Amino acid sequence: MKIGVLALQGDFDAHRKRLEELGAEVVLVKKPEQLDGIDGLVIPGGESGTFLNLLGDAGFEKLKQFVRVKPTFGTCAGAILLATEVENPKQVGLGALDIRIRRNAYGRQIDSSIREGSFSGSPLEMVFIRAPKIERLGPGVEVIGTEGKDPVAVRQGKVMAATFHPELSTDSRVHRAFLELVSNGTR
Amino acid sequence: MSQNNGSSTSLRLKIGLAEMLKGGVIMDVTDYKQAEIAEKAGAVAVMALERVPAQIRAEGGVARMASPKKIREIMKAVSIPVMAKCRIGHFAEAQILQELGVDYIDESEVLTPADEAHHVDKHQFKTPFVCGARNLGEALRRIAEGAAMIRTKGEAGTGDVVHAVKHMRQIVQEMKILTVLSEEELYAKAKEHQAPYELVRMVAKAGKLPVPNFSAGGIATPADASLVMQLGAESVFVGSGIFMKNSTEFADPEEAEKRARAIVKATTHYLDAKVLLEVSEDLAGAMKGLAISGIDEAHMLQTRGW
Repeated sequence: MKIGVLALQGDFDAHRKRLEELGAEVVLVKKPEQLDGIDGLVIPGGESGTFLNLLGDAGFEKLKQFVRVKPTFGTCAGAILLATEVENPKQVGLGALDIRIRRNAYGRQIDSSIREGSFSGSPLEMVFIRAPKIERLGPGVEVIGTEGKDPVAVRQGKVMAATFHPELSTDSRVHRAFLELVSNGTR
Repeated sequence: MSQNNGSSTSLRLKIGLAEMLKGGVIMDVTDYKQAEIAEKAGAVAVMALERVPAQIRAEGGVARMASPKKIREIMKAVSIPVMAKCRIGHFAEAQILQELGVDYIDESEVLTPADEAHHVDKHQFKTPFVCGARNLGEALRRIAEGAAMIRTKGEAGTGDVVHAVKHMRQIVQEMKILTVLSEEELYAKAKEHQAPYELVRMVAKAGKLPVPNFSAGGIATPADASLVMQLGAESVFVGSGIFMKNSTEFADPEEAEKRARAIVKATTHYLDAKVLLEVSEDLAGAMKGLAISGIDEAHMLQTRGW
C-alpha cells in the first residue's frame, strides 16, 4: 500500500514515521503529479494558509480532484484544508468533508493541551495544538472521535479528519483506522 | 491529564508547535502591515520586533523587548503564530510576553543581554522558548534550561549566510561524532561540551537534537534558504533579508512580498534546483548586506549567550 504524505510544510515527518511503523510504503508529496501513483493521502499539521499558498491554483485543483476519489486523512491544518467551510479567517477548502471548521478555536499556544477523548468508543490521548473546532456537521458526516462534547474526529466516505495530532502520540489506532479505510475502500 | 501541569506534557506541547513550523519560514516583522505581507506570502509564523537586526546593528543603543502594544497589533492582524524576543536572562520581559499570549518567546542575542551569566529558566514558563546556538554544547545547555526549539545564531542583520552555515555544520558534525562513540567516551564529551550527560547520551542515540533545529542569522535569498536546509536545518528564520533594502531603509512592500514568496517556495522545494532557479529568476535583488569578515568580534551579536 503506497501512502502519500503532503510534505509542503508541517509535521509530515511524524506521519511518515507512524505510517512506516504500520507497514505502509510512504511517498512525501511535494509536487501535484506525485498524487497520481498513490493509494491514499495524509495531509499533516502545519499552517493551512501556507499549504494553500504553496499548492497554488493548479495544485489545489489537482488535490481537490484527488480527495473526491481517493482516501484522504487530514490532521489539524489538514482537517481545515478538507472542510467545505473555514472560519477565522474565512479561507477556501477542498470541500471533501461537509463541515464548518473554526481555526485556532481554543485560543493561542498557551491554550494548547493534551486531553483524553474517545475514539471509536475507547479512550484516546489527544494532542491539541492551536487546534481548530468543528462547528457544523453535514448530514453525511460520521463522528468517530469526541473530546468532551466536541466532535474531534470525523469521517465522510473515504475521507477522515482529526482536529488533534495522533501523529504526536504513541497510540497508533487512528492511523490504523485510516489504513483500513484505504484497504477496504468506502462502505 | 486535562491540565498542562506536568512538565513532560508541557514540553510535548511546546515541541509540538515547533513540529508544526517545520519546513516553513519564520519572518521578522516590525509592524502589522509587514505581518500581513508575511502571512500572505506563506510565512508559518512571524517574529514581532521593534527594529529588525540590521537596524539594531546600524543604530546601536540598547535593544529591548518590543512594545507590547505593537506586538498585540501584530497578533490581531494575522492568524499564524506570533513570536517575540526577550533579552538573554530577562525573565521579567519573558513573563510579560507570556502574559501577552505570544506563541513562542525567542531569548535572543539580537537584543542587548540583561544577564552576563544566566539565561532564563525556561521550565518556569508555559509559553515555549527558542534559543540561538553556535555549537552543540550551547544548544544542549539551552535545551537543559527548557528551550523547545534551537536555531543557529549565524550573524543576524548582515544578510551574510556564512555563519549560519558555520554553526549548522558545527552542530551537525558534533552530533555525528557522538553517534560513533562508546558509552565511556560520552562522559568526557559531556564535559567537553559543558552539557548535561543525559542530553549528550540522548543525542548520541538519536543522532539529532531532542528538539527541532532551525536556522537563522544572515539568510537573505532563496538559495541561502536551500543551502541551510540541505545542511540539516528543519526550518528557516529570515530577519532583515525580506523587508530591508539595506541596513537602514525598508524595501518596497511589493519587492518584500516577492522575496518572501520566493524564500517560502525555496524552503519547501530546497532539493529541487528547477524550482530554485525559477524563484531566483523572479527577484530583482536582495538586501545589500554587510560582510561578516569585516565585523570585529566585539561587534558580533553571536558571542552573546553563555
